[in-house]
Amino acid sequence: MVDRREPIFIIEGLHASIEGKEILRGVDLTINRGEVHALMGPNGSGKSTLANTIMGHPNYKVTKGRIRFNGEDIASMSVDERARRGLFLAFQYPIAIPGVVYGNFLRNSLKARRQEDVPVREFRKLLDETLDLLKMDHEFVRRYVNDGFSGGEKKRAEVLQMALLRPEMAVLDETDSGLDIDALRTVAEGINALRGPELGMLLITHYQRLLNYIKPEIVHVLYQGRIIKTGGAELALELERDGYDKIIAEFAPVPAGAAGGK
Amino acid sequence: MATKVQDIVDERGGYKYGWSDPEFKPINVTKKGLSADVVAEISAMKGEPQWMRNFRLKAYKHWEERPMPTGFWGGNIQNYELDFNDIFYYVKPVAEQGRTWDEVPAEIKRTFDKLGIPEAERKFLSGVEAQYDSEVVYHKVREDLSALGVIFTDTDSALRDHPDLFREYFGTIIPPNDNKFASLNSAVWSGGSFIYVPKGVKVPMPLQAYFRINTESMGQFERTLIIADEGSDVHYVEGCTAPTYSSDSLHSAVVEIVVKKGAHVRYTTIQNWSDNVFNLVTKRMAVYGEGVGEWIDGNLGSKLTMKYPSCYLMEPGAHGEILSLAMAGAGQHQDAGGKVIHAAPNTTSVINSKSISLAGGRTSYRGHLKVYPGAKGVKSTVRCDALILDEDSRSDTYPLMEIDEQQVTIGHEASVSKLGEEQLFYLQSRGIDEAEAAKMIVNGFVEPIVKELPMEYAVELNRLIELQMEGSVG
Repeated sequence: MVDRREPIFIIEGLHASIEGKEILRGVDLTINRGEVHALMGPNGSGKSTLANTIMGHPNYKVTKGRIRFNGEDIASMSVDERARRGLFLAFQYPIAIPGVVYGNFLRNSLKARRQEDVPVREFRKLLDETLDLLKMDHEFVRRYVNDGFSGGEKKRAEVLQMALLRPEMAVLDETDSGLDIDALRTVAEGINALRGPELGMLLITHYQRLLNYIKPEIVHVLYQGRIIKTGGAELALELERDGYDKIIAEFAPVPAGAAGGK
Repeated sequence: MATKVQDIVDERGGYKYGWSDPEFKPINVTKKGLSADVVAEISAMKGEPQWMRNFRLKAYKHWEERPMPTGFWGGNIQNYELDFNDIFYYVKPVAEQGRTWDEVPAEIKRTFDKLGIPEAERKFLSGVEAQYDSEVVYHKVREDLSALGVIFTDTDSALRDHPDLFREYFGTIIPPNDNKFASLNSAVWSGGSFIYVPKGVKVPMPLQAYFRINTESMGQFERTLIIADEGSDVHYVEGCTAPTYSSDSLHSAVVEIVVKKGAHVRYTTIQNWSDNVFNLVTKRMAVYGEGVGEWIDGNLGSKLTMKYPSCYLMEPGAHGEILSLAMAGAGQHQDAGGKVIHAAPNTTSVINSKSISLAGGRTSYRGHLKVYPGAKGVKSTVRCDALILDEDSRSDTYPLMEIDEQQVTIGHEASVSKLGEEQLFYLQSRGIDEAEAAKMIVNGFVEPIVKELPMEYAVELNRLIELQMEGSVG
């Protein structure tokens, strides 16, 4: 079944470094339209580096390899160009931008994504529907971007943006962290509502619990900057049960004890 | 990072008010330079009473005797080659002030049309005054306000028409020997606004004055006096622009404000001088029991601005507030800030300063907070934030605090930040390009001040900031 789908996002032999230190050491990953992949791995394995590199954070340098999105190599594109082509990153720690009103930010983002003006009435309607979907207070959009938001509000707001911008490929970096169980369920419902045959998704998570709500087709384990194992949804359950140690030991029997997962 | 931000900024390519009106022929001009004769000539042309002539000449003596400010106050004006003898001190634009725009000479009216003043007057103002070079050429106040006893006129007319009220307050808040530039203004002042709001009268919409310099190498020295009687309320707004010339111009105003018991005065400035203007201004208000005095001071443009609006809190319960915004681009130094003097118990104040420097510009925050002995229960918060957009630009903070009373609550916070890389990344990750993202961040930075402005001015200020940021991207 998977084979018949069209690949939307392909990472080939990706090496990336920050401040001269190599973090990603040859990542290969193919995501087809309509698929949800989970990327798991112990702390320090390079998960967030991969997310930031995909989006084009200026501090992360691609030293080797390619990132292909919809057939184009995006590794040398500016951050905003990638976004306008339909790439989306839900941030692990969304930064506050005091003074910038959330609603204006959303409208500017949507305008940029569509590359045309969005009529106020249409925007309002879309925004109201999306706020309802995520069970968010409509007053929310009057606040400043991520300023004074609780952990849960920040994560919901990221999903709100994703819902508005309708990306073709979304990377969600630890969207489950810092959420209580009710918030996790709401956020997961929101993400599930966005699943569809066009969207590719990469869920980056440390824990299995998000995957109880969002069922991935494929699970990858990242370790020391490489994907060391790929499997189906059952791989996440295996990790939950056995921890990372076992898989790491299979991959690199010698240094496993030192690197051990938690 | 720094080089990329450099890409989005530019010199003041965005200055839109730099045209001049070549057809304009003044009625009368004093010869270039300053002397006792020139001072006496200005007084004579205005047909002033003897006491004012003496006041001017005495002030001129102070000006001559006093050295240029050095040390703590001032933006190192001695480092500039400003030649005070290469300035016209009085340029009389019209024979008669207009009471309707039709009475204003066409070429001058055209300028104010371009600046949008008559339109603003129709839409949302209680009264308007327009000064062109040295004199007010148009002035009008809503008739219902006049009927309530509100006086809004130019300062020269006030000297003639309200001599007792004028003399009671003129020069009492800022005496002629207060500082070098107050002396200069006192010697050669011309134009400016005179406002008296009677007891309990609340002026519903802002009164606005617009100061336009047209003539090259001239000095504009308006003098404003606002008296808000007990329990009254008024909001005064001033805007200023000038043509861009290669030679220097000078703007040195004095603004005195009396806020009586329970009154409320808000004074808003949106200054946008061309970058050949030296802007050396003294602004001060005395606030009495339970009164509220507020400065909202937006400083864009000019070559060098030295301006520190101050609140003297004279009686218990008085409150002073200074919101200061400064933006300095290439070749500009904004030396701005504020002063609050707590001279009575239970007085409160807030200073909130925001500055942005870009393209090699320099901003300085200079503040003075003083609490007199015995002024118990004083509360004050000082906050200054500087945003630096690139490596070539500079920002400094010079806070002076003299607290001579133990039982006070003083808060002071200062921050200097570079345009945030993570903030840019976040906005760009949503498809917004770098230049637009930088604008959004800067507009967000100034939002706490902009939101205090009436909507029309807020829009104008945001637009001016964006114009200054517009550059080579795209």
